[in-house]
Amino acid sequence: MNKISLIIQREFLFRVRKRSFLIVTLLVPLAFAAIMIIPALLASSSGSQKVVVVDKSGFFKGQFRDAKDVYFKFLDNTPLDSIKKNYAKEGYSGVLLIPQIDIERPSGFEYYSEAQASIMLENALTSNLNSAIEKLRMEANGIDKSKLDAIHADVTVDFRNSKDEKKGSSAASFVLGYASGFIIYLMLLLFGTSVMRGVMEEKVNRIAEVMVSSVRPFQLMLGKIIGIAAVGLLQFIIWAILLIGLSMVLPLFLSPDAMHAASQSSNNPQMAEAMQKVSFMMAKINWPLFIGCFLFYFLGGYLFYSSLFAAVGSLANEDASDVQQMTLPVTAPIIISFLIVIKAVADPTSSLAVWASIIPFSSPLVMMARLPAGVPGTVAIWQLLLSMVLLVAGFIFTTWMSGRIYRTGILMYGKKITLKEAIKWIFSKS
Amino acid sequence: MNLLEVQHLKKHYATHKAVDDISFNISQGSIFGLLGPNGAGKTTLLRMITGIFYPDSGNILLNGKPFDQLQDLQYIGYMPEERGLYKKMMVGEQVLYLAQLKGLDKKTAVARIKYWFDKFELNNWANKKVDELSKGMQQKVQFISTILHEPKLLILDEPFSGLDPINSNLLKQEIFNLSKNGTTIIFSTHRMEQVEEICDHIMLVNKGHKILDGSVKQIRQDFKEGLFRIGVGVMPNPAQMATWHFTIVNVENNAYVLKLNPDSTTNDILLHFINQEIPVTYFEEILPSINEVFISQVQRTENLAATQPA
Repeated sequence: MNKISLIIQREFLFRVRKRSFLIVTLLVPLAFAAIMIIPALLASSSGSQKVVVVDKSGFFKGQFRDAKDVYFKFLDNTPLDSIKKNYAKEGYSGVLLIPQIDIERPSGFEYYSEAQASIMLENALTSNLNSAIEKLRMEANGIDKSKLDAIHADVTVDFRNSKDEKKGSSAASFVLGYASGFIIYLMLLLFGTSVMRGVMEEKVNRIAEVMVSSVRPFQLMLGKIIGIAAVGLLQFIIWAILLIGLSMVLPLFLSPDAMHAASQSSNNPQMAEAMQKVSFMMAKINWPLFIGCFLFYFLGGYLFYSSLFAAVGSLANEDASDVQQMTLPVTAPIIISFLIVIKAVADPTSSLAVWASIIPFSSPLVMMARLPAGVPGTVAIWQLLLSMVLLVAGFIFTTWMSGRIYRTGILMYGKKITLKEAIKWIFSKS
Repeated sequence: MNLLEVQHLKKHYATHKAVDDISFNISQGSIFGLLGPNGAGKTTLLRMITGIFYPDSGNILLNGKPFDQLQDLQYIGYMPEERGLYKKMMVGEQVLYLAQLKGLDKKTAVARIKYWFDKFELNNWANKKVDELSKGMQQKVQFISTILHEPKLLILDEPFSGLDPINSNLLKQEIFNLSKNGTTIIFSTHRMEQVEEICDHIMLVNKGHKILDGSVKQIRQDFKEGLFRIGVGVMPNPAQMATWHFTIVNVENNAYVLKLNPDSTTNDILLHFINQEIPVTYFEEILPSINEVFISQVQRTENLAATQPA
């Protein structure tokens, strides 16, 4: 036992003291922060677009609404050639040309600019044109716009759990389920390959033979796995602290304008409403259960897969490319699980999602994708318990199995080891 | 007293018998040479003695008691042929780590590291990474980490490879010192001149079988072929050399290599030279080197294996 703790210590300290640990640990939250902030900065810095409108039909003057970022300037008496030549010098970003049109069959609208028009501008132009034409047609057909507005319906449905009457939000559980599934997916691959590379290094450096004359191979493998798990947990904790810290500190540095732009960047009132709903529902999620389950499934999934990664690493030779093929049987279930996550967040009670959240190969990702949809309710208590028990049984099994491959693999030099041979080792006598 | 007794040890792999019924004893404080061509089963044998592999059958007794893979590891120091150290770890930390894994407490380990680093002039390197060291220096680090826990049984697989003559000599002296202080040493090598110089006792294995074992002196005696070298002041007339007591194997500069006929004695040779009035400058028995015994015995077993149907 004392030896395992020495190995854990070394694996942990060795990794934590490396410069790359510091870099990764600091860069990831910065990258997250950048993902959140850059759109806000872009939205605030892109500035407004001014568009010259040349309206040959005469239908549209006064019909266009200036939005926050797009201003329209109607020019009726300036020659078109001169406008096309000089609009940029006058500070305009483009020219919208409206030809003589038939209100029943409008066509031939053109926009001239030097730079590619943005999607936002395209939307602004078409929506302005469409609503102006609709208005003209309504007038032509004698429809009263105020009456039509009164008829227009806009209802929402509240989704409630039949047992506790709590409001649910599919959007919130979608976002949270997807995010936690994705994080576990990344962590399994990241730390799993870290275990694998560590084992390969020991084998190729031939330190493995020195080590196993002091400790049992199983202790060596387990020590590495636990040591790296500790590195992962430390990283999680640092990230959590940094993310919380950044989200509290950053608003102080950003101008109120930018923050406003960030929250409005969707420019879509429905989306903004949905976001509000999400943040409201986030508050209703059972966080202690969720965080507890997240840690359980992260650790369970890690233990399940990392020993398999260790076994694959022990099959390596000097030629590292051999290992690439061997990793596939281990990485494929993780990738497939993530594909199931995408289905499961959309429909958490489908039989695919339910069974994938119980089977240990995929449960660490898929159960985390389903959990935010509600326990009990969407996820029955028996499903959660069965999934947990199977995951524990699963990682005990994979660790046992990998241990048997590992102890033979790390001392096997020279020849290429096939997967078939490795599987034989599992069942060979000790 | 025997520190290590190996009885009928067997280890079979799927395709071949790596170690097939090998027995031997090593007495405490002796230096035991394990010889054999590549693939003879030496590494497998050593791995069983170091507890890395479990034998299929047979017994290993350490100090008269059955070898316990868990408890007895701390009494053994093993330096494998392919050296291995964590390349990115500091030299000092690495040795400390390996020593602690062998059960040394930190304080003792640090004190011993200081002693050995002083002795091997490694003090300036303790805070360097292993891959900044030369190969010879890494070798010294590896040796120190093997002996730091003062094993009763020290197993060295090709310990001199990669060392320059000065460091080779330093290491040899340390091996003798350890042996003098009671450490039993198993020494596996291909370099026969070192075997004769260092080992008390050797064992030759090939294809998983023990071919012979015994003391170095005894083996050379056992495999002598009745060859003698006699030095002469003046080369005699060939006619003067005709006799039934010996045949001439080789004529050298002012010397002959003679093979004694089984019915004659060495004195018959000398009498012949005296009677023929050939001045003798020296007379010596030619014993086979361990190298010659090694090659002839390996070839003999290879031939045997070739003639026998598998």
